[in-house]
Amino acid sequence: MENLNSYLIVSAILFTIGTIGVLTRKNVIVIFMCIELMLNAVNLTFVAFSRHLGNLDGQVFVFFIMTVAAAEAAVGLALIIAFFNNKESIDVDDVNLMKW
Amino acid sequence: METLFFLIITLVAIVSAILVVTCKNPINSALSLIMTFFCLATYYVMLDAPFMAAVQVMVYAGAIMVLMVFTIMLLNIRVDASKKHSHKLIFGSIIGFFTVLNLVVVLVKSRAALPTGPYSGEMIKKIGHTELVGREIFTTFLLPFEITSILLLVAIVGAVILAKKKI
Repeated sequence: MENLNSYLIVSAILFTIGTIGVLTRKNVIVIFMCIELMLNAVNLTFVAFSRHLGNLDGQVFVFFIMTVAAAEAAVGLALIIAFFNNKESIDVDDVNLMKW
Repeated sequence: METLFFLIITLVAIVSAILVVTCKNPINSALSLIMTFFCLATYYVMLDAPFMAAVQVMVYAGAIMVLMVFTIMLLNIRVDASKKHSHKLIFGSIIGFFTVLNLVVVLVKSRAALPTGPYSGEMIKKIGHTELVGREIFTTFLLPFEITSILLLVAIVGAVILAKKKI
């Protein structure tokens, strides 16, 4: 399948669904998963362009994005657990300690 | 035939991505997200990038999603359907509509005008995708690769500090 545009459209749709999830959901873990979905949509764009241009730099970049996503998942989930221990909730509306 | 396969995979990917956003229970969202990740791995195989597909399945669908499912089950939040959304769904839909419009117009109308590299499909099939990616990582991108290891170290230390009883 050599058609670049179809991959780009799929990637755009997945990114948008992730954006809607981040904007509308309350549960922190679901928001986190939507961020992962957005990262994956960008990864698909990178790989599609890499294949289209015959250049492997994009795929190496995807490799680094996956590393960053793994680090983000570890630290983010530790933060969520720490927040849950303090507030007994994982709703983003309860994250109001800094609100004046 | 391949176009039909692409359409089926696209359908599965988009439906499971929508289920990630709409499911009430976070466990169902996580399982739908794993389905989306497998569809993306299929795309990578179709784009002649089998190493990326393997890493996608192992790192994303394996490691990261196991961590998330573990956290969901550890916290054991009861599902409260009445307060699922923090903002109005219509607000998110409007922003999403304009985002997808913007992305599709920009991505489809613009032309990739970069100089093309030497890696054609035949060359990838002949030498092997893993070897080519490995060469790129350990020659051109050696410094970013080392910096990545420092990033992982910082993430490990941060996770350990955050998991302590009193922060």
